[in-house]
Amino acid sequence: MKITVASGKGGTGKSMVAANLAWSLSGSGQVTLVDCDVEEPNLHLFFREDPSTGTVVTVDVPCIDTNRCTRCAECARFCAFGALVVTRERVLFFPEQCHSCGGCAIVCPAGAITETPRPIGRITTRGISPSLHLVTGTLSEGEVLAVKVIREAKEAAGTGEWVIFDASPGTSCPVVETLEGSDFCILVTESTPFGLHDLALAHDVTIQTGIPSGVVINRSDGKDEAAHRFCEEHEIPVLAVIPFERKIAEIQGSGDLISRRNAAWYDRFQSIGRLCRSLVEGA
Amino acid sequence: MKICIPAKGPDSGDLVDERFGRAPYYLIHDTETGETRSYKNPAAEAMGGVGPRAAQFLLDHDVNILVAARVGGNALEALKAGGITILLSEETGGTVREAITAASGGRLREQ
Repeated sequence: MKITVASGKGGTGKSMVAANLAWSLSGSGQVTLVDCDVEEPNLHLFFREDPSTGTVVTVDVPCIDTNRCTRCAECARFCAFGALVVTRERVLFFPEQCHSCGGCAIVCPAGAITETPRPIGRITTRGISPSLHLVTGTLSEGEVLAVKVIREAKEAAGTGEWVIFDASPGTSCPVVETLEGSDFCILVTESTPFGLHDLALAHDVTIQTGIPSGVVINRSDGKDEAAHRFCEEHEIPVLAVIPFERKIAEIQGSGDLISRRNAAWYDRFQSIGRLCRSLVEGA
Repeated sequence: MKICIPAKGPDSGDLVDERFGRAPYYLIHDTETGETRSYKNPAAEAMGGVGPRAAQFLLDHDVNILVAARVGGNALEALKAGGITILLSEETGGTVREAITAASGGRLREQ
């Protein structure tokens, strides 16, 4: 069972929901939690264990044999991202512009381009408990290919009884990459105009990708009519409503989990997981 | 000597575009023949890397001098490596024709 936690808007509580869901479900099954917010991963803050394994994520970039290169500039004219510029004397390569498509090596008439790996990030795996593992994807500063790191984090997580992916905010390529292959998507929202606006965008992505979804309303002040109306109109089940409470914020702010501190929340997150499963299996 | 002016339109009466990589047109003036030719910038609407691509466009067209208000880091490196001189256009809102006159009259400062 693969579940992605997404939101559209940032700061609605995606990581909070993902971490609590993972913790609760690991009480009765095998869980892998995957931090796919690779530009600023933070799930490890809830779990203080040191990384047990780490691998480097690389992308292939062009390596130019200056003896073979005729400075014809076919590669530079082909590159859609301006990663190569060819003058009469030499070839300039801007690695951070390169999207690693390999096209330059194909179009080079002199066979002067080979590809060589360049590190852009890393994947670390932590054993939180015998039944809970955390996989974290981290994109290095200044790099742009988040999707590549997300893909490798997903591969490292593999398949399991429960695999929970924490997506980045927004609705662009990294979120789509995270969602791909999921059985279900939990959309976390808050009852603000911004939260609702971005919930609509994120819901649209789940429709486009054909993934069933449910909503968690977080930081609820009890006035969630607009969010409930949206869910009714679009036939999205509301999985849970988490109140805006000082106690919850304190636990969260101290780096702890409400499901680890409170048996009622532990049970509630377990039932959210079961509800997701029954929605998928019933569909 | 070939001088390139990034422009908002295809004619020498059109305004200079302050953006180098995203200018919709490049007008290239040949000081020997007195001829000015207009080219549509193929990368004007591209997502990224427009600076280096524009630099490549200038290199492909044997440009010697670029008149620009500002040039980004990668483009600057590429232009310098290609031996293209960058002249800073001081006034904004001028026409291509005025920029060509200013550049060929040696009235512009080199970056």
